[in-house]
Amino acid sequence: MTLSNIVVLVKYVPDATGDRKFEADNTVDRVGVDGLLSELDEYAVEQALQIKEKRADEEITVTALTVGPAEAEAAVRKALQMGADKAVHVQDDAIAGSDAVATSLVLAKAIEKIGVPELVVGGLASTDGGLSVVPAMLAERLGLPQVTLAAVVETQGDQVRIKRDGDTATEVIGGTLPLVLSVTDQSGEARYPSFKGIMAAKKKPLESLTLADIGVDASEVGLDAAWTKVESVTARPARTAGEIVKDEDGSGATALVDFLASKKFI
Amino acid sequence: MSEVLVLVDHVDGAVRKPTYELLAIAKRIGSPSAVFIGGADKAAAAADAVKAYGADKVYVVDDAEIKGYLVAPKAEVLQQLAEKTSPAAILLPASAEGKEIAGRLAIKLSSGLITDAVDVQVNGGEIVTTQSVFAGNFTVDAKVVKGTPIIAVKPNAAAPEEGAGAGAVEQFAAAISDAAKTAQIVASQPRQATGRPELTEAAIVVSGGRGTGGDFTAVEGLADALGAAVGASRAAVDSGWKPHTFQVGQTGKVVSPQLYVANGISGAIQHRAGMQTSKTIVAVNKDEEAPIFELVDFGVVGDLHTVLPAATAEIEKRKG
Repeated sequence: MTLSNIVVLVKYVPDATGDRKFEADNTVDRVGVDGLLSELDEYAVEQALQIKEKRADEEITVTALTVGPAEAEAAVRKALQMGADKAVHVQDDAIAGSDAVATSLVLAKAIEKIGVPELVVGGLASTDGGLSVVPAMLAERLGLPQVTLAAVVETQGDQVRIKRDGDTATEVIGGTLPLVLSVTDQSGEARYPSFKGIMAAKKKPLESLTLADIGVDASEVGLDAAWTKVESVTARPARTAGEIVKDEDGSGATALVDFLASKKFI
Repeated sequence: MSEVLVLVDHVDGAVRKPTYELLAIAKRIGSPSAVFIGGADKAAAAADAVKAYGADKVYVVDDAEIKGYLVAPKAEVLQQLAEKTSPAAILLPASAEGKEIAGRLAIKLSSGLITDAVDVQVNGGEIVTTQSVFAGNFTVDAKVVKGTPIIAVKPNAAAPEEGAGAGAVEQFAAAISDAAKTAQIVASQPRQATGRPELTEAAIVVSGGRGTGGDFTAVEGLADALGAAVGASRAAVDSGWKPHTFQVGQTGKVVSPQLYVANGISGAIQHRAGMQTSKTIVAVNKDEEAPIFELVDFGVVGDLHTVLPAATAEIEKRKG
């Protein structure tokens, strides 16, 4: 099988260094805050570009796909600047508040609309919701296998091999295209867009799709369609300042052990 | 009482601690049914282990045909068991694999999924989960409103409860599709045994950061005195002092032990994201301005290379 199309999933997320908050309906405030391409998705873009570069004799198109509000265009724009060939932005007011299930539906339908590629690449988690389940749900919907959390990625022909660190073992996983791949921040530094890349990105195609375009009914997405419901969101009470002692002549160690003993850890 | 399916997390038949925590949670909801997918020769021992922690039923699924294949076959097994038993809930460990199985299962069963629960309670007949989000700055209570609740639970969300269940063993032959057998483990290098608990499931974690200067002797000494796992900050991992498997933080392991001891770690946001839900937090750092001190229950401003060995000696002395 030759590799002709790679779709990279990218997400626009609230900036983790900014003040992230929730809206009155308990959804993440994605409008009133500074946002950017999820840092962890940059690694996915990078791996897609590296695969394309390593397989220079094949005509490979890398498409960055995002779902989100108007601001989310910044995420695919960044991917284009890094070197993706084109971008697709699914945007619809009805999508706001969607959970992972609905997001995976929108992604699957958008991918079917633009043509199921041999390879779908995602990051290990978004830096906001952090669910890490969208790639698995998407793979299930597309009927594809998934190889996830890759620290090292190699492809040859229709074979994909990854290396990853599991909880109890380091594993080599093999799969055959088509499949869904997710990569970690160990897979390799993401490149910075060059000036040339930034200029070139302005001329690259960026297609905007609505739910109607991809054949998803508005009732299937959004907060009301969610299969889970948030009952309450509570800001963590500022941790009451604990006791801080200065170590003087070994007093710190004794105080530390006294504390651990008082909490029955010893 | 409705069954609650609990996927048994095990390494070659050896049941891991998070499974017992899931069984304790399952008891709050209904009658725990453990699902063991593994080698037929290991099933009896695994069944005894989960029975001792309250499993009323143990479904044994021989994995001879699917061993080495990734999550898709396990999702099919759980789907078929769910269709057979109409469980009140399905509980899985919130490990990377557990969450992927859960994600596929949610789509298969058209059921709501909650991941990374740090608590699960039953209120007025409803299952309510608690999650900690945005680096632990918010607590979210949620419930599943469609289908069978599928909940991936973080380690240390509940204390294991000993107490034998009925433990009736039932063989279950699942029909696995060829499509599920496509991605496969080609080689597996078990982590070198350190003699210490596994990082994500340890009740106590002792971590070192930049302040160790690359010498983890003091950190490891304290860890061993406390029976703890050893962790490291991203700075320590990036410096090559510890492999990535030790990393605690957003892009490493996310831990929520009973006790977290941060040594020579400043407390950058991405580290906090990996440990902020720890029940008790202690830090040792030379810099009294280090942000980690904003989180701690107890902190020592001092040099970890003198404080930790002295503390370790004191602990050994008190233990006698």
